[in-house]
Amino acid sequence: MSFGVRLHVWGERACFTRPETKVERVSYDVMTPSAARGILEAIHWKPALLWVVDRIHVLKPIRFQSLRRNEVDAKIGAVTAERAMRAGSTAGLGLVVEEHRQQRAATLLVDVAYVIEAHFTLTPRAGAEDTPAKHASMFNRRAAAGQCFHRPCLGTREFAADFALLPEGAPLPGSRLPPDQRDRDLGWMLHDIDHAAGGVSRFFRARLSEGVLDVGRCLAEGTAA
Amino acid sequence: MTESAALTRRHEFVLFFDVTNGNPNGDPDAGNLPRLDPETNRGLVSDVALKRKIRNYVALARSDRPGHEIYMRDGATLNLEHKRAWAAIMPEVTKAEDFKKPPKEEAKARELTRWMCANFWDIRAFGAVMTTQVNAGQVRGPVQLTFATSVEPVLPLEISITRLAATTEKDAEDKGGRTMGRKHIIPYGLYRAHGFVSAPLASHPVKGTGFSEADLELLFEAMTSMFEHDRSAARGEMATRRLVVFRHAGALGNAPAQDLFSKVQAWRVHKGERRAIGDEQTDNWPVARSFADYAITVDRDGLPEGIEVIER
Repeated sequence: MSFGVRLHVWGERACFTRPETKVERVSYDVMTPSAARGILEAIHWKPALLWVVDRIHVLKPIRFQSLRRNEVDAKIGAVTAERAMRAGSTAGLGLVVEEHRQQRAATLLVDVAYVIEAHFTLTPRAGAEDTPAKHASMFNRRAAAGQCFHRPCLGTREFAADFALLPEGAPLPGSRLPPDQRDRDLGWMLHDIDHAAGGVSRFFRARLSEGVLDVGRCLAEGTAA
Repeated sequence: MTESAALTRRHEFVLFFDVTNGNPNGDPDAGNLPRLDPETNRGLVSDVALKRKIRNYVALARSDRPGHEIYMRDGATLNLEHKRAWAAIMPEVTKAEDFKKPPKEEAKARELTRWMCANFWDIRAFGAVMTTQVNAGQVRGPVQLTFATSVEPVLPLEISITRLAATTEKDAEDKGGRTMGRKHIIPYGLYRAHGFVSAPLASHPVKGTGFSEADLELLFEAMTSMFEHDRSAARGEMATRRLVVFRHAGALGNAPAQDLFSKVQAWRVHKGERRAIGDEQTDNWPVARSFADYAITVDRDGLPEGIEVIER
């Protein structure tokens, strides 16, 4: 925990989709640890690093809005693409959107702000030159300068995240989370997808206490795959 | 297959466009009423609506150029497509594929996605999901757009219209040959959208899509001209008013995006007086009904080092 980082992130909209409602997307009430990890990785990540999210502070009232969009119901088939590649022609490979039309509603969060508290551990792929101090200072330097590998987002890419580093010792930004939302049982929530175990989703019992989702403490209560 | 090397500098952009007596983006949940943020009454245009117009423009303007195919095609523009010259670029690719036995699924999948990126402009720009077992089947494009929001609350109007003909014989008898319909319009709205171009997703050796400087130029061209080729009865008059691009010196960027976006500001203008939007002094001003009622400024003072501003 010596190399902990704190990142303030905010945006106008967010959608941390619940896996059980992913057709007509409904967002979780707060950012998931997995989304928080994605934001940190968008700023700095190497195969030598594993980000561990410790706490997520919720700074603004939890509010939802609904939005329906036209989407397509198809993906590019690898076989089709391969055949086209062999034939050297893209004829018939495109997707005519009118034939694959789906209208999907999304229940989004609006006007969100969080503070992510996290640290990282080194993985077996870390080399001799991968010292924790080096990666910590790389992350802090990038986050302080507004640099990122790719633009981090709040759940989905159309909801870009603004971010600012909270330097060590700096106070947390003021929270506007109303008192009745500060302590809440958020139910079972996605903690993260375990890619090492073949992409298994792990869930944990998320609880907001005093406006803080203490991931470590909730994880200690147990997880479910 | 692209004319220039992959993009190596981060970019952000602010796009201002307006609508006069039209519906910029209908809400399927509200009977095609213009999209509104229910809390602020500001108009919305979804990111996908803008991306659709960018794709349509590229399909229209570069239909004869190799490497500029559009994967997510709009049925309406299919007729405009031409036969394309592929032979010129493909032989080496197919041969390499024939000779090389893919050592692993992953390498094969990567080759597939690379080929898709090389041929389809929209996959290079926005990414795409390909169904393969391997993770490399998903391409994340460097270009990311957010929702456009009107700078002030907008007023959607419902206009009833009549048609002096009926579709079915029954309608003709029942309604005396006349039918009525509705159009939803916004008298005037100025919209602001933000966008990001993450250079590493273009130029990274593994993750990069190969999105090039020329592709970026085409993206900006598309954003300035897309409404010129999207005329329809529903849209009214739409036009791109301003495109402000922030070019960073490095791939990771030289300043936080929010600091750059705040340099670009829209103002209300009335009789030569300029005030911030929402200023109490503007409460008794007449409502904005044209672009002349707004001013857009770009504050170039104190720009962070390594940032270049490009206006289109």
